[in-house]
Amino acid sequence: MNGTTKGQEVLRAEHVSKSFGQVTALRDINLTLRKGEVLGLLGDNGAGKSTLIKILTGFHQPTSGQLYFEGKPVTLRSVSQGRALGIEVVFQDLALINEVNVYRNMFLRREPVFGGFLGILNDRKMREQAIEQLNRMGVRIPSVDVPVAKLSGGQRQAIAVARSVYQQAKVLLLDEPTAAMGVKESALILDVIQRLKQEGEVGVIIIAHNYAQIFDVCDRVNLIEGGKITFDKPTAETSIQELTDIVVKEYRNARRDLTA
Amino acid sequence: MNDPEKSRPAATVSKPAASGRDKSAWRRAGAFILRYREASILIAGILLAIYFQWSSSAFLSKANLQNLVQYSGTTAIIAAGEVLVLVCGEVDLSVGMVYALTPFVMYFTAQAGAPWWLAVIAGLGAAGIVGLINGLITTILEVPSFVTTLGTLFLINGFTLTISGGFPVQPQAGPTFTALFGANPLAEMAWALVIAIVFQFVLKKTRWGLHTVATGGNLIGSAEVGIPVRAIKTGNFILCSILGGFAGIIDCFRIGSVDPLAGGSQIMFMAIAAAVIGGTLLTGGLGTVIGALIGSVVLGILTDGFTLLGVSAYTFDMILGAAILVTMAVNIRLALLRDRGGL
Repeated sequence: MNGTTKGQEVLRAEHVSKSFGQVTALRDINLTLRKGEVLGLLGDNGAGKSTLIKILTGFHQPTSGQLYFEGKPVTLRSVSQGRALGIEVVFQDLALINEVNVYRNMFLRREPVFGGFLGILNDRKMREQAIEQLNRMGVRIPSVDVPVAKLSGGQRQAIAVARSVYQQAKVLLLDEPTAAMGVKESALILDVIQRLKQEGEVGVIIIAHNYAQIFDVCDRVNLIEGGKITFDKPTAETSIQELTDIVVKEYRNARRDLTA
Repeated sequence: MNDPEKSRPAATVSKPAASGRDKSAWRRAGAFILRYREASILIAGILLAIYFQWSSSAFLSKANLQNLVQYSGTTAIIAAGEVLVLVCGEVDLSVGMVYALTPFVMYFTAQAGAPWWLAVIAGLGAAGIVGLINGLITTILEVPSFVTTLGTLFLINGFTLTISGGFPVQPQAGPTFTALFGANPLAEMAWALVIAIVFQFVLKKTRWGLHTVATGGNLIGSAEVGIPVRAIKTGNFILCSILGGFAGIIDCFRIGSVDPLAGGSQIMFMAIAAAVIGGTLLTGGLGTVIGALIGSVVLGILTDGFTLLGVSAYTFDMILGAAILVTMAVNIRLALLRDRGGL
């Protein structure tokens, strides 16, 4: 069924569903991610993409179903637990602290410290490593000493991605990584993803509703509609046109049902 | 490779923004005030001190400086704790009642035969438990802290009145112990200074402080990153209560008597006012303990100065209220300038 058998399975979701009270966000999600693979998870607004990401990272817990990490069943109770396994995420809201400077944001929750339980921040080390990482990724910002509130949307996004990439992740989830960016800025992020793909160490899931932008970088695309995955093909066997047709058809059907 | 977006110059990451080289002294002073949140309140304090010394030569006398320490020392200690709670996006209204409760717990522990150092620890432990309750109700039951601590404010006040029977008591510790814990004005000043410096360091240079700022600045983002936001908030409620309790112990030894009606809402509001005029935001994410210390001293200068001038307490409250409004309005304007001017 899959044209690209790139490596071992690293993350799998089986029959995952999620309800918030009366509202069912996800119905029956089956999804597999392999090492070194870039999976595009596409869907319209409100299709359940962000809920799924939050389940895969441990932010939410599924109502039913099972997650497998490297073949073993896991129950993620918190984001920290997911991160300890190597599941990194760049949320749509970026999870940056506006009031805090760039390098401290990049090391948030993983700060190098001294003084044991006192936890005195090693600002010099954070600053040096942040500069090194941003330069390596080709991210240009005026200074790492300014609060992130001073940066543009694209720069903030780049910092959030750089932060996650820096953590030696096994699974990297990107929620709408190019949403706030211009063409040049999103090229920067897509370059980074391309580089990760070549290195082949990390499985990447990109969530997007503008699939034209990310189509080229993905090995495989899944389409999520109404809380279900309705389409799963390697990008080599599909096209932007086909995806567009599916989405439009779905929309027309829904309208017909409504008017009928 | 990639051009930097818009017209922003392609400054390298490693070079801090070079600014202020050829600016005039005035503009540099302006930039200083904009950059350091404490600066505006410090200047206000200095101007007030000059004014009161000019109006009454007694202002800078030794006796009056001792008064000043009494007016501002314990407020500053409570304000330090309040800053921590405010920075993580909450507020503690009960701390003034903890200030009254703690010396009683200490007194009764000592009466039961415990040594004084142990009694102090017992008092601070009780204060910590109040903080823990505030924190758990706020973070687990998700009651807004304004409501939680309003509840514990009344609860603890009633509890203190019950265990004391409404009567003041006189703790009798050794002279050194009494002097060390606040009877000596120098000791009180030292406590306030050390606590302010320690907690400024905690807030600005430690992981705990960074996570406190993060929790108040972006609660959801912090949780997404994996910061234990509930533990951070609860921990800061505990610290605030313990500092409030410690302030109560200091005033109890200074006065030589524990009054169940002491402190209360008055000292709590003074501490919050000190924190706010010192540059701490009520909305969380930004704050300074040193600013709160300076804020307490400014409130102390106002109280003390107007007392020297013979201004009545009624007038004083009007001036205090106006001062809070003016400083807050100025602070908000400065914050907007800061964001716009890229300082």
